[in-house]
Amino acid sequence: MKLNVKYFGMIAEWAGSENGQLDFSGTSVAELRCEIEKRIPGLNSASYQIAVNHVVAANEAIITLGDEIAILPPFAGG
Amino acid sequence: MSTEKKPKNVFVQGPITPEKIATSIAHHQVKTNIGGHDIFLGQVRADEIDGKTVSAIDYTAYEEMANQTFHEIREAAFEKFDLTCMHIYHSLGRVNAGEICLFVFTSSAHRKDCFEATRYLVEEIKTKVPVFGKEVFEDGSHTWKENK
Repeated sequence: MKLNVKYFGMIAEWAGSENGQLDFSGTSVAELRCEIEKRIPGLNSASYQIAVNHVVAANEAIITLGDEIAILPPFAGG
Repeated sequence: MSTEKKPKNVFVQGPITPEKIATSIAHHQVKTNIGGHDIFLGQVRADEIDGKTVSAIDYTAYEEMANQTFHEIREAAFEKFDLTCMHIYHSLGRVNAGEICLFVFTSSAHRKDCFEATRYLVEEIKTKVPVFGKEVFEDGSHTWKENK
């Protein structure tokens, strides 16, 4: 399935874009991590979270077509 | 979501001005059931990192998720503490060192609730809200801030 992925902060900088499209054949957030880490150099050694439909998702969470995916570096608000 | 209230937009473009804070305080003078206010102001520090000084932070956010998370944090605080009022504002874009980037304002009949609620809110905001900070140095280079 084709997923629309949003990148933020330093990860957007590494990806060279704030939005990307990914052809994803897996089902879980853990599989998505592997896929995205192949595409963005440095991400596998960085600390980041994946949000699915505006909620931080556990590795076991299932991704379905149409979900809004965001790759979030460490938070720095306040 | 615990209520049907729509999330407010917490973000303001650029720094939060002292005038905005003063106006917000003034608006509460008609609410005479309030006995105490507590305010937290987050201010951008001119940190020195590897020999370079931070001159500003450029804030970005995953705004839809951030506003939703702010809303959930607000609702949880209203559940936990006996508050009359609560206001939260966070900056987006460039905020220079010395300027205010976060304004948390709680009001209650008695001091204990607003003291505790403000601390709770600030800690929750720092850990749960997807806001990102690019620390810009005086020479134009940058690094990325990470909440501890």
